[in-house]
Amino acid sequence: MTLDAVFFWAFALLTLGGGVLTILSRSAVHSAVWLIVSLLGTAGLFLLQKAEFLFAVQIILYVGGIMVLFLFVIMLVNLDQHAAERQFNGQWWLGGAAVALVGVEMAYFFWKGLPSLPPAVATAGEIAGNTERIADLLFTDYLVPFEVASILLLVAVVGSVLMARGRQA
Amino acid sequence: MIGTGHYLVLSIALLLIGTLGVLVRRNIVVILMSIELILNAVNINLVAFSDRFQKLDGQVFAIFVITVAVAEAAVGLGILIALFRNKETVNADEVNLLRW
Repeated sequence: MTLDAVFFWAFALLTLGGGVLTILSRSAVHSAVWLIVSLLGTAGLFLLQKAEFLFAVQIILYVGGIMVLFLFVIMLVNLDQHAAERQFNGQWWLGGAAVALVGVEMAYFFWKGLPSLPPAVATAGEIAGNTERIADLLFTDYLVPFEVASILLLVAVVGSVLMARGRQA
Repeated sequence: MIGTGHYLVLSIALLLIGTLGVLVRRNIVVILMSIELILNAVNINLVAFSDRFQKLDGQVFAIFVITVAVAEAAVGLGILIALFRNKETVNADEVNLLRW
C-alpha cells in the first residue's frame, strides 16, 4: 500500500467515523466534537487532492468559525439538561427506508456512471500555486457569483442578528 | 491506487449518514450539524472531480458551498435562539404550531 492510500483510508475513517458518532451521540456537545473530527478528516482529504486553499479554509472557517458558533449556542441554550430526554424521534423505520432508497439510487448511478467517465487528465507539472490560481478564477470568471456570495453573507448576518435579538428595541 | 471512485463512494456514504441524522434526530442543533455533514459530502465530490480533470472550477464551487453553509448555520442558530426564547424547547417535533 502506498503512502497515499494509507492517508486516504485514515482520513476516510476519521470522516465517516466522526459522522456516524455525530448523529448517534446523546449529548449535543459530544455531537459537536465528533463533527469537528469529521470536518478535520475532510480537510485532510482536501490536502490529499492538492486543494491546499480549501484545506486552510476548511480548518479556519469550519472548525474555527462554524463549530465555535455551534458550541456557543449549545452552551447558551443549555442543552445539557435536554440530553436526558429522548434523542431520537420514532421515525427509524421511515428514515432508514428513505436513506436506503437514496443509497440504492446513488449506488446505481455510481455503478453505471463510473466506467463512462472521461479519463483522468495528467498533472501538467507545477503551474502556479493553488491559492493563486483559485484567486485568478474567483476574480475573473466567477466575479459575479463572488459578489453575490458577499451580499448573501451580509443578509445572513443581518438576519441572524435580527432573529436572535427578539422583539424588544 | 486511490482513484476518483474511492472519493465518490466516501462522499455517498457521508451524504447518507447526514440524511439519516436529519431524519431521525429530535434536537435541532444536531439536525443543523447533519446538514453540515451533507454539505461536506458535496464538497468532497466537487474536489474529487476537480482533481481528476485538473480544473479548479470545482474548488471554486466548493468555496461557494462553504459560504452557503456559513450563512445557513448563522441564520439557523439565530432562529434556534428565537425559538428557544419563545417555546423553551430545542426538539423539532415539539414545534408543531402549524400542525393541522
